[in-house]
Amino acid sequence: MLAELIIAADEAPNPLLPAWYDIVYSLIPFILVLLLFWRVVLPRMQKMLDERAALIEGGIEKAESAQAEAKAALEEYNKLLAEARAEAATIREKARAEGGVILAELKEQAQAEAARVTATAQQQIEAERQAALVSLRAEVGTLALDLASGVIGESLTDDKRATSLVDRFLADLESDSTATTKAAK
Amino acid sequence: MLETPLSAVALIPILAFATAPATDAPEFKGPSILDFFPPAIFFEGNEFFEMNRIMLLRLVIVALIFLLFWLGTRKMQLVPGRFQGTIELGLEFVRKSIVEDLLGQKDGKRFLPLITTMFFLVLFMNLTGIVPGINIAGTSVIGLPLVLAVAAYIAFVWAGLRKHPWTFLRNALFPPGVPWPLYIIVTPIEFISMFVLRPVTLTLRLLMNMIVGHLLLVLFFSATAFFMVELGGWWIAASAVTLAFGTAFTFFEILVSVLQAYVFALLTTVYIQLALADEH
Repeated sequence: MLAELIIAADEAPNPLLPAWYDIVYSLIPFILVLLLFWRVVLPRMQKMLDERAALIEGGIEKAESAQAEAKAALEEYNKLLAEARAEAATIREKARAEGGVILAELKEQAQAEAARVTATAQQQIEAERQAALVSLRAEVGTLALDLASGVIGESLTDDKRATSLVDRFLADLESDSTATTKAAK
Repeated sequence: MLETPLSAVALIPILAFATAPATDAPEFKGPSILDFFPPAIFFEGNEFFEMNRIMLLRLVIVALIFLLFWLGTRKMQLVPGRFQGTIELGLEFVRKSIVEDLLGQKDGKRFLPLITTMFFLVLFMNLTGIVPGINIAGTSVIGLPLVLAVAAYIAFVWAGLRKHPWTFLRNALFPPGVPWPLYIIVTPIEFISMFVLRPVTLTLRLLMNMIVGHLLLVLFFSATAFFMVELGGWWIAASAVTLAFGTAFTFFEILVSVLQAYVFALLTTVYIQLALADEH
């Protein structure tokens, strides 16, 4: 149907046979555009794409390094924290040990003090006992002489004899008491 | 596409005026093959440099391509603006979807300038067919499709012969896996298909699509004008129909323009790929 509507001019050239000028004005655009893309546009495009790829790769690298840095910082922090914890633990341990030592020392001191006090007291008691013994010994002698002179009615003023008598008596008493204590044992 | 039933129906009324021009009735003048051979503007009579409006239009389109791509890639930013982004989109489409997809990165790089040229040259030349005031495609005269097809032919034959002359010719003329007596039939067919039909079909597919597209659009719009101006009255209703079809086919022509540019570039790439292949 289209064919019927299209005017078939007798002088019209065959559209399938190229005219020389048609070839010329086809070759010129083709070569010009080929040179444009080959020599100008595509190299520029390639250069830009390379730069862009480098930028993106650089960005990725930067991010990676930042991540590594952050990781290192975290590790450092954790290490410091662990060190601090360990240090605190050792300090606590040391303090506990020192406390124990101090406590033991104090205990020892107290014990020594107590022992010393006890010893002093015993010494004092002994001294007092000795004193009492000496004074008693003198008193008892006088009392016994008084009593005896009273009983026999003669004065035993001859000191030499009296004293020897008393001494003998006391020696007997002492030996008696030692004998009784030995027998008790 | 051409003989779409609806479009045929829309054009039936015009037939009466076209086939039987009565002396008293107004005569319909349809599109003509002469549309593709307009009168010369410069160098009239010169066999090699005679320039008519289609030839001039081709040079204008080349200037436009230079302007767009020169400016679009002059100061390329790593973060593209809108204009650079569009240019990049076009170039990357050809590089990724056509060339590297079929040829790979290494071979693709060698043939990228040729394929890119084919795609954009054909695309821009096709699109002039629907630009008001120009209304004819730069590819609707046989020269340009023929030159491009010959370039494609040289490219794939050269690619094959340079890489491996014997494998290329054996794959082309004696396809492996065929019993040898069949080569008597297969080899001439393959020869014609490869060295004759490929460039011819490349040329004719593009040329005919553009010629027919132009004729169809002119037919619709001249019919519209004829109904409205020459006949008038109730015929104006028919003009609305032809106008609607003309508009629809204009959009369709945009699709055809892009598609033909894509097909031309893609087929050229496929031929190069086949020539470079080690085995079929």
